[in-house]
Amino acid sequence: MTARVTRRGFVLGSAAGLGALSLAGPRAFSAEPTKIGFIYVGPVGDFGWTHGHDVGRKAIEAEFGDKVKTSFVENVSEGPDAERVIRQLASGGTDLIFTTSFGYMEPTIRVAKLFPKVKFEHATGYKTAANVSIYNARFHQGRAVCGTIAGHMSKSGVIGYIGSFPIPEVVMGINATALWARKIRPDTKVKVIWVNSWYDPGKESDATKALIDQGADIICQHTDSPAPIQTAEARGVHGFGQATDMKAYAPNAQLTSILDLWAGYYVQRTADVMDGSWKSQSIWWGLKEGMVAMAPYGPAVPDNVRKAADATAAGLIDGSLHTFAGPIKNQAGEVKVAAGQSMSDGDMSQMDWYVEGVEA
Amino acid sequence: MSTADLVVLLPLIVVAVMGTVVMLAGAYGARQAVLHWLTIFGVGLTALAGAGYVGVPVAPLAKLNIPGLSDIAVIGPLLFGHDALVYLSFAATLGVAWFLKHSRGGMILRAVGESDISAHSIGYDVIAVRYGAVLFGGAMSGLGGAFLSLSSTPMWVEGMTAGRGWISLALVVFASWRPGRVLLGAYLFGGVTILQLYAQGAGGIGVPSQVMSMLPYLATILVLTVIAAGPWKGRLDAPACLGKPFRPST
Repeated sequence: MTARVTRRGFVLGSAAGLGALSLAGPRAFSAEPTKIGFIYVGPVGDFGWTHGHDVGRKAIEAEFGDKVKTSFVENVSEGPDAERVIRQLASGGTDLIFTTSFGYMEPTIRVAKLFPKVKFEHATGYKTAANVSIYNARFHQGRAVCGTIAGHMSKSGVIGYIGSFPIPEVVMGINATALWARKIRPDTKVKVIWVNSWYDPGKESDATKALIDQGADIICQHTDSPAPIQTAEARGVHGFGQATDMKAYAPNAQLTSILDLWAGYYVQRTADVMDGSWKSQSIWWGLKEGMVAMAPYGPAVPDNVRKAADATAAGLIDGSLHTFAGPIKNQAGEVKVAAGQSMSDGDMSQMDWYVEGVEA
Repeated sequence: MSTADLVVLLPLIVVAVMGTVVMLAGAYGARQAVLHWLTIFGVGLTALAGAGYVGVPVAPLAKLNIPGLSDIAVIGPLLFGHDALVYLSFAATLGVAWFLKHSRGGMILRAVGESDISAHSIGYDVIAVRYGAVLFGGAMSGLGGAFLSLSSTPMWVEGMTAGRGWISLALVVFASWRPGRVLLGAYLFGGVTILQLYAQGAGGIGVPSQVMSMLPYLATILVLTVIAAGPWKGRLDAPACLGKPFRPST
């Protein structure tokens, strides 16, 4: 759509637009492309978390073409900067804003109050509002599959884990890995090193070296760069990729990788905004819904382990298995989840304790 | 030219160009704001130039293994079997120390740094000398970045330095502008950074990892305090004209 803009026409149009906006909401602009904004905590070239979200953004463009206009702001630190950037996106006429990091939760809620007509989607948080949805992926299911493989394949019984920040999301991943590895090999230990960053390839690599020097022969990461798996490859141990298939960096070392697949959800929510059916919701999708998937197994994974891993995934998908099914003991050996019970989503999303076998 | 060559050269060129612009801006007294602007610009520029390397591992620099020597217990892996950049860092430190202390060029450089007006009045081209120094410093920083993307983590991902270059500011202050102390400080800071990771893996030493990450900066503050208050007072100062714009017309 092209139009000649004169100053008088612009003023009239703006006045009409404002009138229409207050009467009928943003749908009065249906001829205009729907504007979708994204804010990213890292660079789109991180080949991890942010890269994954950007793949989702591109899927929206591929699906709707001219009917949408997407934009993104990368490298936005979690804090006052985030609030400023979100407010800027919202005041710039963006219809739907995806805020894609846990630390954007409070800024998202605050800005959403100021812009009730703009729709917000916050990833991995727990606060909703009339115009704020939350969405998250059940990465812990992927961790359960990784734990199953690690339990079979570790020779030393020590799994090294690069942690970013000790928030429930990360703790959940560590616990799921330990729990499922110990189902196969009960003396498995999960050694955690915190790098206090989501993204610092040099430090992630150094932490990986430290873990390998201290006996770990399987490397897991909850940071966003391919540095840990690449270091594992160089040192001749195995590990798991993060967020994307990282086999290019570790053709032998990568056993599998947990894939974050946001595209389906992003396309769906964009369609919801376009036809006016968008409603605030809270979703937590996993292997079953396809928001989480496993990369093809690496050459080092033998057939019996592939079968075991497939069985774990299948059970989590059909509901016969639950990542955090009892009995689960904490580090002190106390029973936290009784046999026959499973943790509720609420309890999982506030997890602040480690299971037996975790050294953090 | 191979990919590896490109990855080495790219940061060098970029940083050298940036250094030139910083100097230019410095001459107009806009140093601080421009430095920040340039850092953001540099990160963006390298991201643009490196876009084609995302998702592609880089062949690491070859390790220089000396048969026999590299296999000696403890000392072998400590001293031998590193790549050329590691040895270059020692050579560069020695070279810079010699240059500053014993060469005519080094004396001129120090004169320009200590008293630009005096150096100018006896006929030295202050601006040209400073350009040269900043270009050299920029190229050395580029080598540091190249070590990260070629040796430590042989890959290119955007923003991969994660701001670690800033520690060189603390390092220079810590070392009070003496090359030998820079070397010492670099290994001390690096050692502390790595030590805290090993300490965590070994079950912790009762100190939170965040506190360990602060140590290089705390050490810098401590050293500065000691320098300011101790018997060495005044002997370890920064060049007198550091950060001062020079205008030959005035």
